[in-house]
Amino acid sequence: MIVVDFVVYLFTVLPDLLPIILGLATPLALGALCGVINERAGVVNIGIEGIMLWSAFNGYLAGFALHDTIGAGPSLALGIATAVLTGAVLGLLHAWLTVTVRADQIIAGTMMNIAAFGITGYLNRLIITPSGRGGAGVLGVLHLPPEVIGLPAVGPIIRMFFEQGPIAMSVVFFVIAIQLLLFRSRWGLRTRAVGEHPKAADTLGIDVFKQRYLNVVLGCAFAGLAGAYLTLESTGSFQNGMTGGRGFIALAAMIFGRWTPVGAFLGALMFGTATALGVVVNIRVPEGDLGQILKSIPTFWYAALPYLVTIVILAGVVGRSIPPAADGVPYEKEGRA
Amino acid sequence: MNERPPALEMRGITKRFPGVLANDDITFDVRAGEIHALLGENGAGKTTLMNILYGLVSPDTGEVLVDGTPVTIRDPSNAIAQGIGMVHQHFMLVPVLTVAENVILGQELLRGPFLDLPQAARRIRELATQLGFDVDPDVRIEQLPVGQQQRVEILKAIYRGARILVLDEPTAVLTPQETVEVFTVLRRLQADGAAIVFISHKLEEVLAIADRITVIRRGKVVGTRRPSETSDVDLAVMMVGREVLLRVDRGKSHPGDVVLKTEGLRVKDDRGHEAVRGVDLEVRAGEILGIAGVAGNGQDELVDALVGLRRPAGGKVLLGGAEITGAPTRRIRDLGVAHVPGDRQRFGLVLPYPVEDNLVLTSFDEPPFATGPLNLLRNDAAIDEWSERLIKEFDIRTPSRDVRAATLSGGNQQKIIVAREFRGANRLVILDQPTRGLDVGSIEFIHRRAIEKRDAGTAILLTSADLDEVLELSDRIAVMFRGHIVAIFDAAVAERDRIGLLMAKGGAAAA
Ligand SMILES: Nc1ncnc2c1ncn2[C@@H]1O[C@H](COP(=O)(O)OP(=O)(O)OP(=O)(O)O)[C@@H](O)[C@H]1O
Ligand SMILES: [Mg+2]
Repeated sequence: MIVVDFVVYLFTVLPDLLPIILGLATPLALGALCGVINERAGVVNIGIEGIMLWSAFNGYLAGFALHDTIGAGPSLALGIATAVLTGAVLGLLHAWLTVTVRADQIIAGTMMNIAAFGITGYLNRLIITPSGRGGAGVLGVLHLPPEVIGLPAVGPIIRMFFEQGPIAMSVVFFVIAIQLLLFRSRWGLRTRAVGEHPKAADTLGIDVFKQRYLNVVLGCAFAGLAGAYLTLESTGSFQNGMTGGRGFIALAAMIFGRWTPVGAFLGALMFGTATALGVVVNIRVPEGDLGQILKSIPTFWYAALPYLVTIVILAGVVGRSIPPAADGVPYEKEGRA
Repeated sequence: MNERPPALEMRGITKRFPGVLANDDITFDVRAGEIHALLGENGAGKTTLMNILYGLVSPDTGEVLVDGTPVTIRDPSNAIAQGIGMVHQHFMLVPVLTVAENVILGQELLRGPFLDLPQAARRIRELATQLGFDVDPDVRIEQLPVGQQQRVEILKAIYRGARILVLDEPTAVLTPQETVEVFTVLRRLQADGAAIVFISHKLEEVLAIADRITVIRRGKVVGTRRPSETSDVDLAVMMVGREVLLRVDRGKSHPGDVVLKTEGLRVKDDRGHEAVRGVDLEVRAGEILGIAGVAGNGQDELVDALVGLRRPAGGKVLLGGAEITGAPTRRIRDLGVAHVPGDRQRFGLVLPYPVEDNLVLTSFDEPPFATGPLNLLRNDAAIDEWSERLIKEFDIRTPSRDVRAATLSGGNQQKIIVAREFRGANRLVILDQPTRGLDVGSIEFIHRRAIEKRDAGTAILLTSADLDEVLELSDRIAVMFRGHIVAIFDAAVAERDRIGLLMAKGGAAAA
């Protein structure tokens, strides 16, 4: 009975739910793309969280600094560019540590997270908070004509994908593009070879180190874009530790998606839905018993929903998914096996 | 002199690894249209020499000439550009990629920004037809039997336009039938003017296919012979530096009580198909039971079930009368079962561990290797002493006991496992392809050890895709075909041809 009520309720709130899912999924999907591009080439990156946070900060700082001089539009664009560049540069650092120095990849990633958290927190207090000025502004959402929004059935779906800011809208494009490139292009073939059996790739004249560098830098640029989304498209401000574990949920989405871009995107949408549900239930409380029950659950449980889903997924509910064979293993020339 | 220079010449190649002189001033050449075989003990330096040629290892000194011109080969892409192709001792194929993807990797055919896989598939089919075999470009490598993977490796080299082709122990993992097929391919390439370097430990193969044979021992060239002017016994002496018994005298066996018994044993393979379909076997103390069979007829699954790596789907396994069906590996081992696994790199060794740790892998937690309260401490002195002893006794060629097992040559890796598993008093030793990839000296050694073990009253179960090995070593021979034991012979009356036929066709029993 209650279950039926809940399903009915879900359908009634769907028009409110759908438009916010993509936004909530965006940083997760971009972070997961970073993970896919890195790990497919054999480099584990658990520093996505930190890279996202640092890029969010730098992007915001650029937008914030330039806002009054060159205006909202250009400053936002430069803010995004700064965030993406920050991601790429941090990616270069991660690549150097993992590929060249062959440091432990988990430790390199952890270091990234700790450093990003500390440095952005410090600089935030040092520069942004005391200035007392307004923010960098936010990227606008595309406004659709009411006839489109009002369309029965498809209206909310169109809103889901198109009544969005530019970064959120670009996600679908990137996901499809990387999916195609990964499985159909030369870059993708080499990426997969290097992540599965680097020695075999090496014997065919492929530069394993170069390929891994390229992938780590490229992937981290996506994590940078995720950071830009957080400060420049979603909230319009920077708060300490604002990534809130999204970099890790992104990794869960990647595993859920079995290291494919489209799968990881679906995973991100699922986490996005869990978060959206937590929000919507509190705004549009249903009638009757169901409402009583939903209201009696403390709100932090709703906030915790995406994290709980992460735990369940990582505990292997989706079945064992198999990472690339050489994932996390540094490559050594002249070594055997 | 109007003679053309050799297609490939290597001069004065020297390479030292920490603690080993792997190549010591080696000079070697191959002509176009020639098959030149390289022979040598495990660890003699054959693979190292070829890795130098292919740019995977850089030499300390020496030079490489292609068609008489000195070339610099810094990495594999230089080698490929010089028309050098290599089929590596351990396959260099990406299991999850398709045949076509593996072949074009590094030299991709493109249409716009994307791979042109249909065209690649056409090219591959064409090349394969020219070489006289068939291959489906769209299947994933992991779905192919090793024999076909081998051909994909050859295709990879030919696709890159290789005129100098190196094959490092291409037949070690092949069945006799597959070997014949590879030879046909090699002869075709030879007729087209390719220069071929062929490495193998099987003397009769080398004598059959090579135009010239060069033997290396401990990094040095011992000599070069033509097959017509030498023999297997001769070559063995050159390789090992002493007389080698190519056939060890088995002596008479004195079978005792039944040690291992299976009743109606059924085992499924990874895909859930029944690979062992009701096997009844008995192995007695003091006898060697050999299982002959073409690879993939259920031997792997049978062995897995006996040692507890795979749960039987039905039937019983009895050890000394007590049931051990489905028991954990650890318990089975504690009952005195030793196992030399067929895939040494995956199941026999922890490659990144030092040699000494690999030597105590099955006993590190018992005294004397463990000491202190609850045996929680490592007794380094005991492990050192033990591993030194085994290294000497089993002639494991390693610079020291604490180098990573991964750096040893294939044959020496195998000796680590044999040394470990043959230790102490075992009730049953299961030998799965125990001499794959080993040199004649090591084979003799392991065969002798197996017979000693038998004479000491241990039951031995041997599986091997090499029928000669089964015939030489076994007191009784069981032929396995499609999951059934189709016949059991006493070695005294076993006929090679009859068994070969049963291996291939199964005979009436399987019908
Ligand atoms: N990367 C390496 N690091 C250290 N030692 C090495 C390395 N590669 C090879 N060696 C050593 O060099 C020697 C020659 O090895 P190589 O693999 O060339 O022998 P092989 O003749 O091919 O033997 P096999 O028949 O067993 O394959 C061995 O002693 C081996 O341990
Ligand atoms: Mg070798």
